[in-house]
Amino acid sequence: MKILVLAEINNGELAEDQTSKAVSAAATLGKVDVLCASNQCSVASTNIAKMENVENVLVLEDEFFAQSLAESYSETLLDIINSYSHVFAPSSSFGKNVLPRIGGMLDVMVISDVSKVISEDTFERPVYAGNAIQTVQSVDKVKLISVRTSNYSAVPSTGSANIKKIDCKSNNSLTTFIENKMQTSDRPELTSAKVVVSGGRGVGSKENFEIIEGLADKLGAAVGASRAAVDSGFAPNDWQVGQTGKVVAPDLYVAVGISGAIQHLAGMKDSKVIVAINKDEEAPIFQVADFGLVDDLFKAVPEIEKKI
Amino acid sequence: MKILVPVKRVLDYNVKARVKADGSGIDLANVKMSMNPFDEIALEEAIRIKEKGNAEEIIAVSIGVQQNQETLRTALAMGADRAILVVATDDVHNDIEPLTVANILAAIALKEGPSLILCGKQAIDNDFNATAQMLSAKLKWSQATFASEIDVKKDIVRVTREVDGGLQTIEAKIPAVVSVDLRLNEPRYASLPNIMKAKRKPLEEISPADLGVEITQRLKVIKTKEPDSREAGLILENIDQLVEKIQENVGG
Ligand SMILES: Cc1cc2nc3c(=O)[nH]c(=O)nc-3n(C[C@H](O)[C@H](O)[C@H](O)COP(=O)(O)OP(=O)(O)OC[C@H]3O[C@@H](n4cnc5c(N)ncnc54)[C@H](O)[C@@H]3O)c2cc1C
Repeated sequence: MKILVLAEINNGELAEDQTSKAVSAAATLGKVDVLCASNQCSVASTNIAKMENVENVLVLEDEFFAQSLAESYSETLLDIINSYSHVFAPSSSFGKNVLPRIGGMLDVMVISDVSKVISEDTFERPVYAGNAIQTVQSVDKVKLISVRTSNYSAVPSTGSANIKKIDCKSNNSLTTFIENKMQTSDRPELTSAKVVVSGGRGVGSKENFEIIEGLADKLGAAVGASRAAVDSGFAPNDWQVGQTGKVVAPDLYVAVGISGAIQHLAGMKDSKVIVAINKDEEAPIFQVADFGLVDDLFKAVPEIEKKI
Repeated sequence: MKILVPVKRVLDYNVKARVKADGSGIDLANVKMSMNPFDEIALEEAIRIKEKGNAEEIIAVSIGVQQNQETLRTALAMGADRAILVVATDDVHNDIEPLTVANILAAIALKEGPSLILCGKQAIDNDFNATAQMLSAKLKWSQATFASEIDVKKDIVRVTREVDGGLQTIEAKIPAVVSVDLRLNEPRYASLPNIMKAKRKPLEEISPADLGVEITQRLKVIKTKEPDSREAGLILENIDQLVEKIQENVGG
């Protein structure tokens, strides 16, 4: 068994939490190597080398990898992958973009969104928006695994791995990067925050969403949203929590004006404590909430913010 | 140009999935099945591209059981021109893996020569999020996933992608495989006259063997179980109690 983890690095910046949690899942099978491919690797590789259970950090520094385009990344990786039996990546938009492409190239199935590594060929993963958990056994020669990072804790930074520069053919004549419009924020990252405050359609407008953001800032929390809130333009797409958005499992999740559709629950029901504020006492969110308040959010949320 | 749109028949998104008592899977007998919502969005986009005069023909493909005919009739009623049904199993509980689906679609693509394949980014049953990526790898075509905006130009397609940090725009050479996300469009409903018309549109039925594709299963499903359930908690009486609970659990 030889295990490789693909570090997620966006334009030179390591997605540390996601990468560390993927390492954590992979390390249940043994020591791992981590591939650090980006346009700037020095900070990223130093940080990866400190992750516990990492043996080697393979550094591939080239402008070509800045945006991790699927073609650039998977073409290159094919060379390296031949010597590994397991390849892990976070189940982020990065991992979901590149891993199945590698699978297609190698004629290997991808095992998406793994919530538990049971053995070297057996894994658990949620299906049907988390309404069922499947145990699957892979017969493929290489296991390609994307990790549902909300099910894992980051590894401690006590390691000291070797950093090795490697070379690779790179090739992408198919796609070209045009631009990024990334959200910048001083708030904690949604997928690693200890507290998340989310707003739904009930919030009513982009301006009103400031009520949600105000409470979040008071609590040092990340801000999330339901699909309805994002579709209505109250919140940006990268705030969406759910089956098709981000999966979060904070210590505390506060759902405000969210009804609790299964697709939303799929992204937050592993939170330690769930608090729901909704004016409809029949809202399904109350069936998963540890603490509920039946009240008008426009009255309740500002008052809560004041009292905390 | 031609656009190929694969459509999957899945448990309707409004129906709660029930795990079978023997742990062998999800109960799909006598439940409402519908077109995978993401595939509806892909099809809607294909229709809009055609309406703008940028495509001549839309071919819908479905892979699975005989009953997928219904899904294809819906696709034809929405606006696909013709349909191909690949009957790959006679058991609705037998989910064909994305890798096999990609092999079948690749064979069809080589025969039909579409310029664009528009796929839903994931099926809401197995939640793999893999078919489009595998298909573009098999065809060695360009790949653009999670599209929230698609602009077809002459030899390229410009795609805005929903990524974790926000939005990313790329240009992909045609032929391309694009997977679509929720915010790309809102699919239309089929009108009654179009439902009637769809009955006369061509629907070809073939088998994977006709395409020279073998059905494989690389992931054996050993067990399907219910997730740990959450119990409904306490409804609090007032804001002060809630403030207390929030404070107890922040940084706890
Ligand atoms: C394929 C697919 C994928 C999907 N993926 C996702 C996903 O990833 N994430 C997601 O969230 N959804 C997803 N959805 C959508 C999901 O089905 C629901 O439509 C959505 O979650 C509803 O959002 P909501 O709860 O904000 O809105 P609603 O269901 O409209 O609920 C609004 C709630 O606000 C309450 N409310 C209104 N006014 C007030 C007030 N003044 N004070 C207090 N409460 C108030 C109402 O009582 C109601 O309960 C998906 C759907 C499909 C088909």
